[in-house]
Amino acid sequence: MTFDPEELKRLEQEKARWEQQTLGSHLERAPERSDPFTTVSGKAIRRLYTPLDVPNLDYQEDLGFPGEYPFTRGVQPTMYRGRFWTMRQYSGFGSAEETNRRYRYLLEQGQMGLSVAFHLPTLMGYDSDHPMAAGEVGKCGAAIDSLQDMEVLLRGLPLDKVTTSMTITSTAAVAWAMYIAVCEQMGIAYDRIGGTLQNDILKEYIAQKEYIFPLQPSIRLVTDTIVFGSRHFPKWNTISISGYHIREAGATALQELAFTIADGITYVEEGIRAGLDVDEFAPRLSFFWDIHNDLFEEIAKFRAARRMWARLMRERFKAKSPRSWILRTHSQTAGVSLTAQQPYVNIARVALQALAGVLGGTQSLHTNSMDEAYALPTQEAVTIALRTQQVIAHETGVTNTVDPLAGSYFVEALTNEMEEGALEYLRRIQELGGMVRAIELGFPQQEIANSAYAYQRAVEREEKVIVGVNRFVDEREQRPIPILSIDEALQQQQVERLALLRKSRDKDRWNRAMDALRAAALGNDPWGKDLLMPKILEAVKAYATVGEIIGLLREVWGEYTELNII
Amino acid sequence: MSSERKIRVLIAKPGLDGHDRGAKVIARAFRDAGFEVIYTGLRQTPEMIVSAAIQEDVDAIGLSCLSGAHMHLFPKVMELLKAKGVEDILVFGGGTIPDEDISKLKACGVAQVYTPGASTQDAIAFVRENLTRK
Repeated sequence: MTFDPEELKRLEQEKARWEQQTLGSHLERAPERSDPFTTVSGKAIRRLYTPLDVPNLDYQEDLGFPGEYPFTRGVQPTMYRGRFWTMRQYSGFGSAEETNRRYRYLLEQGQMGLSVAFHLPTLMGYDSDHPMAAGEVGKCGAAIDSLQDMEVLLRGLPLDKVTTSMTITSTAAVAWAMYIAVCEQMGIAYDRIGGTLQNDILKEYIAQKEYIFPLQPSIRLVTDTIVFGSRHFPKWNTISISGYHIREAGATALQELAFTIADGITYVEEGIRAGLDVDEFAPRLSFFWDIHNDLFEEIAKFRAARRMWARLMRERFKAKSPRSWILRTHSQTAGVSLTAQQPYVNIARVALQALAGVLGGTQSLHTNSMDEAYALPTQEAVTIALRTQQVIAHETGVTNTVDPLAGSYFVEALTNEMEEGALEYLRRIQELGGMVRAIELGFPQQEIANSAYAYQRAVEREEKVIVGVNRFVDEREQRPIPILSIDEALQQQQVERLALLRKSRDKDRWNRAMDALRAAALGNDPWGKDLLMPKILEAVKAYATVGEIIGLLREVWGEYTELNII
Repeated sequence: MSSERKIRVLIAKPGLDGHDRGAKVIARAFRDAGFEVIYTGLRQTPEMIVSAAIQEDVDAIGLSCLSGAHMHLFPKVMELLKAKGVEDILVFGGGTIPDEDISKLKACGVAQVYTPGASTQDAIAFVRENLTRK
């Protein structure tokens, strides 16, 4: 079903008439505001959208029905009439004990899934007693040095009923192994363990910068987890291909979409290169988007992403299973949009961003807390953020029907433009030799840095208004909000815990496990029989620490040095 | 013709934090404002930062940290500068830093601390006006 060309021609004449008769005289009397009418990403928006802006829109071809190709309208046939998205607040701070208490609290408050934040030393492969960990222990996530800490973190949690997302990448294999080991202790079978590993190493080089090894061994490690997962963990998403960090680092919505899809393409190619059939692993690939301030741009991004991915998977990679065509996604409101000024106003920002995520059809959502421009959130702030999702789900009525904005000339035009723009980026990346090469050349990094700078300049020139920052500034402002602080004594506790662990564990088992891991890492038969994951799992069970396991791999593989791009 | 030496600023990322958006934006803003900017890149120890500052003969150091480790890393930089007998480099910082930490950082010699929403132009003006090196 498309628009009738004759109708469109008549409409064009009518629009010209309207512009002359009605609009013209109105503009003379009441000119439009002088603001640039652009999205938060700087994309120009027209005054009015009509069928003339989507002349070739083909309902069946471009939108289809929810739960069916090309999934523009959503990945399930009934969307939130069936069940709501998973309300999943990313959290972790201080010790494993404290974080465990926060998880229990959040589950009691109606949260539906867990999401683990690890502290930086764990993410970077250092134990809490390493000099580089000084000052960082427990600061931006839970301090997890070994399986012992993970046992405490997950104690008493219903891991057979909730799914767990782990935001960890360079050391994701180790964290996953620890999670698997705890599930084994709880007697939960592999095929019942559900969750997601972030594990998207490409975005680390592009944006988040928590890389450790050079590109090739890093990609090998990610592919290893994909292969291991496809063999034993049917309910585990081995990767969450993340636009979030790309956007937070400064990318526009379009760049976020394009670079993330380009990363996704790379993982699919690597999986196939490792000998898997695309339908064996593609259904377990998941995505993660940022949701910034511009409501319609965000909704269009979600819809365009689903359609692009479905088309790519079916047409380019010849996936046969509809489950391989589906782009399932977690999303999170934009941390970078939160202001230190008038922090309570952040609650409104987060609510509107969350609404965009829901109207965009997300499967899972984290809402940021109002105090995150200062520190990790307090329990009160997190509760408001969770309640915001509950209000959207239960009070606003936006969940009553599937993809309510479909057919809006504006939203469909934006969705088309988002897809076309991203495809143009994909062509440029292809010309450079693919995403890995593009990263080596610094292409996405430079594009993002340019966008970040352009955005900052626009804010400082007041071309973009940010309430409380460059307009409606409150000079008398006090900032009375409470802030979470992390106990500085934690570092010492972790150091003592590590010393005790190193003394008490079975040294022979530790030695055997580490030798086997070293041999596998040195081996050049990556995806044959000798996967790394089983070796890492055994090392973890032998209570090898994150720092020891990653330290060994650092020795074998070396470290990445980045191009300094500003 | 004036051959006045450009003001030299070291923009540094101490610790494990990888959030470099702010550091890069501020580096570029200083550069566009006519400063000579040296960006250290990520994962610098306070020792590395102080030695880079001395080697590059900078007038100011801008420290950026969004991981919450600022209370360890910033004072450490100040302490090392002092130990090296360098007391005329202007040090400023930025990041996700609570108010009560800002006053503590100022007490140990960090001249100014910027939080999210700060203007690069304010930071540039501040550095111009408060340089202590002659």
